[in-house]
Amino acid sequence: MKHIRKFLSVLAALGIAVAPLTAGDTITLNGAGATFPYPIYSKWFDLYHEKHADVEINYQSIGSGGGIKQITAKTVDFGATDGPMTNAEIFAVDGKILHIPTVLGAVVVGYNLPTLSGKLNISGTVLANIFLGKVKSWSDASLKALNPDVNLPELPIVVVHRSDGSGTTYCFSDYLSAVSGEWKSKVGTGKSLNWPVGLGGKGNEGVAGTLKQTAGGIGYVELAYAEQNKIPYMSIRNKAGKFIVPTLEGVSAAAASVNMPADFRVSIVNADGDASYPISTFTWLLVYEKTGGKRGEILHDFLLWMLDEGQKAAPVLGYAPLPASVAAKVRETAEKVR
Amino acid sequence: MSAPVAEISPTKTPAPPSRERAGVAFAPPGKWGDRLFLGVTFSFSAGIILLAAGIGFSLWSNSALARKAFGFRFLIDQVWDPVAGNFGALTFLFGTLLTSFLALLIAVPLGVGAALFLSELAPRRISDLLAFLTELLAAVPSVIYGLLGIFVLVPLVRRFLEPVLGKTLGFLPFFRGPQYGIGFLAAGLVLSIMVIPFIISVSREILLSVPPLLREAALALGATRWEVATTVALPYARSGIMGAIFLALARALGETMAVTMVIGNTPILTASLFSPGYTMASVLANEFSEASGDLYLHALVEIALVLFAVTLIINAGAQLLVWGVQRKKR
Repeated sequence: MKHIRKFLSVLAALGIAVAPLTAGDTITLNGAGATFPYPIYSKWFDLYHEKHADVEINYQSIGSGGGIKQITAKTVDFGATDGPMTNAEIFAVDGKILHIPTVLGAVVVGYNLPTLSGKLNISGTVLANIFLGKVKSWSDASLKALNPDVNLPELPIVVVHRSDGSGTTYCFSDYLSAVSGEWKSKVGTGKSLNWPVGLGGKGNEGVAGTLKQTAGGIGYVELAYAEQNKIPYMSIRNKAGKFIVPTLEGVSAAAASVNMPADFRVSIVNADGDASYPISTFTWLLVYEKTGGKRGEILHDFLLWMLDEGQKAAPVLGYAPLPASVAAKVRETAEKVR
Repeated sequence: MSAPVAEISPTKTPAPPSRERAGVAFAPPGKWGDRLFLGVTFSFSAGIILLAAGIGFSLWSNSALARKAFGFRFLIDQVWDPVAGNFGALTFLFGTLLTSFLALLIAVPLGVGAALFLSELAPRRISDLLAFLTELLAAVPSVIYGLLGIFVLVPLVRRFLEPVLGKTLGFLPFFRGPQYGIGFLAAGLVLSIMVIPFIISVSREILLSVPPLLREAALALGATRWEVATTVALPYARSGIMGAIFLALARALGETMAVTMVIGNTPILTASLFSPGYTMASVLANEFSEASGDLYLHALVEIALVLFAVTLIINAGAQLLVWGVQRKKR
């Protein structure tokens, strides 16, 4: 009872504080795009609304493709994407569009080997060969060479991949293209691919479900998803030759090691640096440099808040925050948004 | 369209004289009321046709780029490569037809058999109760069937059904290859479970509508229950049961969620039912939201167009078949 009364009085106090603001018009900003960062974005928009009661930000996670299309058509105030816009897509936009990196995500390689204890190591080349269908068994010599202390079973490898178009697939195939020339020429990088082998599961949950049921399975999911669902995942050999267990720190390290271009359209897979986890990616908000009016001011204010306060909410939800060096650079660009 | 209009159009009989004497202000309902009724109902039914035509038109115009780029090859090409921009629908068309056919193969004997039991053998009360439960099954959302498929059916298929089929019928090309559980067989099974309720409930209604006199006459002539069912009830209800089967087929062709969850989503052309596959509805559900690039989008819309055409052709064929059966009976 006491709590409720306290809560109510707080509410009342807030009401008084907020009343003069709400007396004016509430401004609603609309955004649409990527599904991968949806949890952190909706958290941010909630937090921002708590601070600015007269601003409401709606976000529809309709997919990166839809986000790019809608911001190009100017039916939303901002878009969001997991893969940067192509030059052709930018060319089609009327006005100057900016890529604002918000957080980072990682993709991990999960597996199902019931008899196995201990961690598995893998290199990019071997991973590409598995997903190309060239390495077919867990007892393959190339896997044994990477894991001399592990007793690998005589089990056929079952590849599991995403069937729905996704930023996760984009990041994973971007990595395989970076480490394997054969993958790059035969399959390439994209949100949906012409997979040489494997079973397709819909969403992270589809891949995880198939993986859990299939002994000998190997598949890729988002880091946060693998941790929540206790899917064992591999350490991956990075460019510096170190085997890296996927962590948020490893992801941020990869982002810090990359030379940032002015438009922030950069891939950070297979990054340099001893601590860098190699299968990581930025996710971006897409905004016009000149939105104009009150909406432009709100976007400006929100982006600066996101780069400062907002970043603190990221690790709790399984996203890596921007490294300080990158955040400082992004802030310079965000200042220009009006 | 004009003939029925002429038939229904109101006759020009004058209003009853009593009304005119009473000086009623409004027009006699025989004239204006019927016209209004005709107009409103006609616009409703025309609206449905326009809606279907509108869907067809928008699919046609939104797939222009893909139709131009691939032409007829789209239907016979097996490659689906969004990265390189090569698109062909054959594997998806094959998957849709195969899974739907498999589903009917399993569901028709079971469904019609169950309907026969409910209408011919079971006491009316039990029949009504079971029919009610079957209709409940038909109302379960498809994603639930998908979850049932992935957590219950797929493990069963992998552990029992596929090993047994592989051992006993492995000499056939249909039952070869690695046994993942996920694939055409699982998709066909899930679909069959989903369409059985339709077949049962519609067939039962139709079998129940067989005139009791016919049944009694056959029984009086000394026919057994089996003979009544096969020589009286089933022939009488044949066209209706076929209608039920085609309703089921239409659902199987268009089913998306449940199939996507158990089929493995891999575009392959193979005779093996153990292999993972892909259907037209599944590829739309999987790739549409993240598809970027005009050609890619147009190729997906063309898949939808093909699905639309297949459904149309199969339904038209069904209608012709039912008409044929009815004419033969007369």
